Amino acid sequence: MSISLIYTIITISSIGVAAAIILYLAARKFYVYEDPRIDQVEESLPSANCGGCGYAGCRAFAEAIVKDNSLDGKFCPVGGNETMGKVADIMDLAAEEQAPRTAVVRCNGTCEHRPKTSNYEGATTCAIAAMSYGGDTDCQYGCLGFGDCCVVCEFDAIHMNPETGLPEVDDEKCVACGACVRACPKNLIELRKVMPKYRKVYVACRNEDKGAAAKKSCAVACIGCGKCEKECKFDAITIVNNLAFIDSDKCKLCRKCAPVCPTHAIIEENFPPPKEKAPQAETIKAEA
Amino acid sequence: MLKTFKIGGIHPAENKISSNKATEVLELPKTVSIFVAQHIGAPSKIVVTKGETVKAGQLIAQSAGFVSSNIHSSVSGKVAKIETVTDSSGYKKDAIIITVEGDDWDESIDRSDELITSTPLDAKAITDKILAAGIVGLGGATFPTHVKLMPPPGMKPEILIINGVECEPYLTSDHRLMLEKGDEVLVGTQLLMKALAVENAVVGIENNKPDAIKHLSTLAKKYKGIKIVPLKVKYPQGSEKHLIKAITGREVPSGALPISVGAVVNNVGTAFAVYQAVMKNKPLFERVVTVTGKSVSKPANFWVRIGTPVNQLIDAAGGLPTDTAKVISGGPMMGKSIGKLDVPVSKGTSGILVLGQAEGHRKTMQNCIRCGRCVSVCPMGLEPYLLMTLSEKNNWERAEDEKVMDCIECGSCSYTCPANRPLLDYIRYGKTTVGGIIRTRK
Repeated sequence: MSISLIYTIITISSIGVAAAIILYLAARKFYVYEDPRIDQVEESLPSANCGGCGYAGCRAFAEAIVKDNSLDGKFCPVGGNETMGKVADIMDLAAEEQAPRTAVVRCNGTCEHRPKTSNYEGATTCAIAAMSYGGDTDCQYGCLGFGDCCVVCEFDAIHMNPETGLPEVDDEKCVACGACVRACPKNLIELRKVMPKYRKVYVACRNEDKGAAAKKSCAVACIGCGKCEKECKFDAITIVNNLAFIDSDKCKLCRKCAPVCPTHAIIEENFPPPKEKAPQAETIKAEA
Repeated sequence: MLKTFKIGGIHPAENKISSNKATEVLELPKTVSIFVAQHIGAPSKIVVTKGETVKAGQLIAQSAGFVSSNIHSSVSGKVAKIETVTDSSGYKKDAIIITVEGDDWDESIDRSDELITSTPLDAKAITDKILAAGIVGLGGATFPTHVKLMPPPGMKPEILIINGVECEPYLTSDHRLMLEKGDEVLVGTQLLMKALAVENAVVGIENNKPDAIKHLSTLAKKYKGIKIVPLKVKYPQGSEKHLIKAITGREVPSGALPISVGAVVNNVGTAFAVYQAVMKNKPLFERVVTVTGKSVSKPANFWVRIGTPVNQLIDAAGGLPTDTAKVISGGPMMGKSIGKLDVPVSKGTSGILVLGQAEGHRKTMQNCIRCGRCVSVCPMGLEPYLLMTLSEKNNWERAEDEKVMDCIECGSCSYTCPANRPLLDYIRYGKTTVGGIIRTRK
């Protein structure tokens, strides 16, 4: 072994040792204390970074929880009550239970229900179309069909149905992060409470025009007649601006409102197909 | 060497088909729908009730703030309904619907054609009359004129520019007005000069209207301080900022108003409306509208009452051609295509353009080939390809840094793009969003 090689090894190693000492001292000097619970909370979160909680990502959410030392108004819709329970254990706090929610598209304006009155040739995003004009049908409230909601979904839970031209939510995949709700320029998507077997009763319309005008623009538009409101025993239905709304927190799925709707604007989803004895079964359920 | 602005600009085919058609008075419609928001600023407050009888020129909606405008009935008759009506954007807006009965004007309006050239009124009184008459910029932007006449403290107007450029292809309403009502336009210009206390006024006219330049130059000899300046033909010279640059050589800084360089710009149509308001006591309730298009059988210029449905104008011009692809309210560059023909004419409607199948469709969008043509034609010196991408990716901070708010939405970028990219659609979206962010920050 030549002498120059030995010198090289000694020089390199001493540089290494010197650097290690400097780095060690620097790390001690500039050490920032971080609550270990932030990492623990972050680990228990789903790491989807979807922003459904209202924070920039899972890390930001964890920091906010630890900083505020409270869980008020903080909920991870993706992880749900289970995750929030784990977080509450780490933080030694009580988590408030929230019913799981799912996205619902409140428009049923398919091509046959809502005839086209004009053609649009501009940029194919809902945001720009909504800024440029009211829509290619007479209904200025309805779905534009360019699928901005599908583009923003991180969970592959909403897709355009090419036949109807409307988006459809996959209940199994939807985590109610609310990305589509924010993306829809027409405010058509609502987060509703999940019922057993994903059963839903909702008004698939956002048309606030007066009855005649609404009916003229779309065959299945809510005309605000108020029949469903009278029928509902649970005060779940309210009519504001010629438009009915079923509150999913109050709705008991009795399905009495759907048959009385003259325009079939109320949609029942995921119920078993009607049988001969169906009406009787419904009454029992309503009483229960 | 004719004057023009330096950066960017395009030369679309002029197609001024209706330029030699004298303005006709359009027959009164059966009903009119008058929007309460026909201007930039706060929507006006309705002051009539259902069933009330109104006369033409009667105030029906009152200005609701400094940047707002009065709205007058354009016809005599009964208020049938106060309801929402679909406007040219496809959204429903509040409107007053009046059933026409006869043609009874408010008594104070002088209906004669006699030219009045002098008035004892002072600057303040002229501005008040303009405010009361509900005059807004008739070039298309509909900015309330009285606001322009009351510059913010510390800013002094030095020059009044009258915009007779009409750089939009197809449109000829300003051209006809200059030829037919030249004297009135120039008297209106003098009234505006008096209101602003400026000594000089310049009427800028593009060189493709030699008859208007000649006519006004002869007339202008009678009026002190008014100069007619022919300009080189280039789109978008009718833009306020570019017209100032072309005529005075001054550049309006980013985000500032023209008054910051001592200029006030008004359209020739506005000057005429000012003449009528001050000298004839007539509020703004009618305007010249060009109805044109290559396939239209009788292209024409009409005197139209505000609120007349568009289909009546098209019928008067020979009906809707069978190969119609698109009907545009305004010109082909900056106009908005309308979805329904019963949309009423509003104060900002300068033309109705009918495009056939050959020119009325957009071509398929392709990938950007980085040719940079949009950059070279942008009259504001922006980078449209970049702004489009930033809007697409919702990168609003960067879009703001790249001066998306300076875009004047002239459409030169989309016009010139060889890959048919909808540049302006995205930039306009970026402008709306960034504008909202800036407003919330304040």
